[in-house]
Amino acid sequence: MALDNQKNREFKIVGTRPDRPDGLDKVTGRAKFGADAYATGMLHAAILRSPHAHAKIIRISTEKAEKLPGVKAIVTREDFSKKVTGENWNVLENVMAGDTALYDGHAIAAVAATSSLIARDALKLMEVEYEILPHVTDVDKAMGKSAPVIRAGASDKSVPEGLHPNVVRYHESGHGDLSAGFEAADLVIEDTFKTEATHQGYIEPHACLAQLGGDGKGELWCCTQGHFHVQKTCAALLDIETSALRVTASEIGGGFGGKTAIFIEPVALALSRKTNRPVKLVMNRSEVFRATGPTSSTSMDIKIGMKKDGTITAGSGVFRLQGGAFPGAPMEFTAMCAFAPYNLENVKQIGYDVLSNRPKQAAYRAPGSPMAAFAVESIIDELCNRLELDPIEVRLKNASREGTKASFGPKWDRIGLVECLEAAKQHPHYSAPLKKGQGRGVSSGFWFNHGGETAVTLALSEDGTAALSVGTPDIGGSRASMCQMAAEELGISYDKVRTTIADTATLGYNEVSHGSRVTYASGLATIKAARDAVKKLCARAAKKWNIDEEAVIWEDGFAKPSGPNAGDFEPIPLAKLTKSMGRTGGPIVGHFEATPEGAGVSFATHIVDAEVDQETGRAHVVRYTVVQDAGKAIHPSYVEGQYQGGAAQGIGWALNEEYIYGEDGRLQNTGFLDYRIPVASDLPMIDTVIIEVANPGHPYGVRGVGETSICPPLAAIANAVSNAAGVRLKELPMSPVRILEAIKNKT
Amino acid sequence: MNKIHVNTSVNGDNLEFLCDPRETLLDALRDRLNLTGAKEGCGTGDCGACSVTLDDRLVCSCLVLGVEAEGKSIGTVEGIAEGENLHPLQQKFIEHAALQCGICTPGILVATKALLEKNPDPTETEVRYWLAGNLCRCTGYDKIIKAVMDTARDLREAS
Repeated sequence: MALDNQKNREFKIVGTRPDRPDGLDKVTGRAKFGADAYATGMLHAAILRSPHAHAKIIRISTEKAEKLPGVKAIVTREDFSKKVTGENWNVLENVMAGDTALYDGHAIAAVAATSSLIARDALKLMEVEYEILPHVTDVDKAMGKSAPVIRAGASDKSVPEGLHPNVVRYHESGHGDLSAGFEAADLVIEDTFKTEATHQGYIEPHACLAQLGGDGKGELWCCTQGHFHVQKTCAALLDIETSALRVTASEIGGGFGGKTAIFIEPVALALSRKTNRPVKLVMNRSEVFRATGPTSSTSMDIKIGMKKDGTITAGSGVFRLQGGAFPGAPMEFTAMCAFAPYNLENVKQIGYDVLSNRPKQAAYRAPGSPMAAFAVESIIDELCNRLELDPIEVRLKNASREGTKASFGPKWDRIGLVECLEAAKQHPHYSAPLKKGQGRGVSSGFWFNHGGETAVTLALSEDGTAALSVGTPDIGGSRASMCQMAAEELGISYDKVRTTIADTATLGYNEVSHGSRVTYASGLATIKAARDAVKKLCARAAKKWNIDEEAVIWEDGFAKPSGPNAGDFEPIPLAKLTKSMGRTGGPIVGHFEATPEGAGVSFATHIVDAEVDQETGRAHVVRYTVVQDAGKAIHPSYVEGQYQGGAAQGIGWALNEEYIYGEDGRLQNTGFLDYRIPVASDLPMIDTVIIEVANPGHPYGVRGVGETSICPPLAAIANAVSNAAGVRLKELPMSPVRILEAIKNKT
Repeated sequence: MNKIHVNTSVNGDNLEFLCDPRETLLDALRDRLNLTGAKEGCGTGDCGACSVTLDDRLVCSCLVLGVEAEGKSIGTVEGIAEGENLHPLQQKFIEHAALQCGICTPGILVATKALLEKNPDPTETEVRYWLAGNLCRCTGYDKIIKAVMDTARDLREAS
């Protein structure tokens, strides 16, 4: 569906900043999140997890636990479907181990009891006999000759011969002649970069309340980014019919990609089926760190050539990502995003998806892209420094723009990278003087964005209000923007629309809230559903006036006669048409179902000032500016919120956050004290600039904004810190220890 | 296992409950008293999502035992608004879009209300350090800080 051909359309509600419809619930404690649901007769569940990074499960003894008063059921892998294949098999294998524990924290068994204290006590009574196997958690080591094989035969056809069996997928893309390109450069820099795994760090642990009967019919309440996906996957894992399971999405306490995956819901359902009682299952924080999320860790080799005038002549990258003990590390995204901001004649990228004894990686905000930007943009910064060129001018000179060929193949449609760079250049931040000990860094970043299967319904009520049902959980204020778009089309006020996240029994399939797709795809569907309702409203007016339906137009909430009939009849407001709808043809409902494919890509440029304490190695961010293309900002406050949130997560990733594994393969920092996400006193205010280069694939021009905001920060902060420290930092996070080490080794 | 009988006051109401001596105040509030406004984000006192006041002292309710509520007076997010009238802080949080997912919001409101009662004129730095024990993963804190500063200004002008 294309951009509306309505030049200079003046929006009345879109682009304003109304209060969010769920605001009252969320400031009074009334909003119901995953763990806030209770049912009569409910049991509490807990999961037994492997303490070993890699071990064969010889025997699970549950007799003692079963005898504990209050214990009602125990499930193991035996209690799940034997028929699953493909990615569902991977999900099941992760949800409950088969014959091998593949990482520290891997689920082995689960118990349901009359209280959560009894359930936890029961875990201590379960005995598991393990045969410990050699393990590997580092991506480079996992590809090495002596690495233990995590799963033989897991590689797909893309993997070239001669690689370790832990390499399960391979990607290659690019064009041109690399050696000629590097030949033409005045300066070529080649280096290796590494990033540690980070966790999405949502404050709400995974939680659900499940009820499943022996008849195969069930109800599930859970915090998820996509309840239709949960429905489909749980049905497969439990061998029941999809439509027989009704899933309701709770309010969600953060997801960032991490709640697109399924961990506990099938377990709660299996326990409920076995006991015929509702079962509540809530993870604790340590389980969240050990067994959900995180990102891939990476190891990357980058080579870029540049002429003295700043022209980039060639770029190549090799990206090695471990994604835990399962295929799926987003290495092709890393590879494809790496050089996306640059119009290069000669470019090549290679990606490896590598297994290791870590939890199955899950999406985290533009999965794979931030690491690529860190590596590539660090080298661009180094080239600019050595050739004494302005980093934004160089980025402008080589910028991807409409019609140029992307590093991964296609020609760009209308994109807003140049507009972002120009705005960054003009921003007062870019020319502000730096203090002693401070450095400035800039970076661009890119994310694809996504459309995906979408269905919405908009039902009009007799009093002229509208009930909009969408199937994409609201993870950042999207209900507000849906209300705005519906109200804009219907010509009624914002507060006359109520948006609900409908359960799986109410709407057609909706893909998860990921890929920055909600305001784009559910928004597009909302606009189309509203237009469908408007068409029906116009038909009712036409019937009343006894004129052609085509001769009725909709303007500002009124049906008006047009063309030859213009002015013949008094316009009828929406509320009057809905009041009589029972007598004029029945309920009026607009709907829309499709898989929109015009999600416009999005670029951003960030400017960061950082300060480095040469004595302690501590780096901190003193000023931060985000410039990003939103296409069209529906609710600018929540667009800014996405920009600021992405930047803050990027600051954590760049400076503090990392998964630390011991020699024994166990995760050592499984709480927020040791896995330190940014706190209020760590951060400055985060300035934002919203660029609006309309997406040709959305009626209002909307581009997704949620993910691109985390693409530039790692690089922009690394460039700022490197410039402040006087030495290039090549490994994330830039903890005080790593910065001191780099300063020490400078000479 | 013997449960213990606890008499306490929550948001001005005299309440009683039975709890296991191992249960936290957070569990007691949520599971015994049906007050689910306080959230468990970590269970180890690191995230502040379970913030409540205990005899006017700001605490993480996950680090307090349920039995310790005996004879005490507890304040939770459910007690911040007066009937249908929101507290100025609640109003400003909505106005400034100072929440995205909203899971940290109850704790942050309880903590901020405690701050403003102690210090009606905090600097930005003071607000940031006071809230350093309340993790928010969505907002980058920018709009939260602005909402708090704006509320403080309004309350000062009104008094």
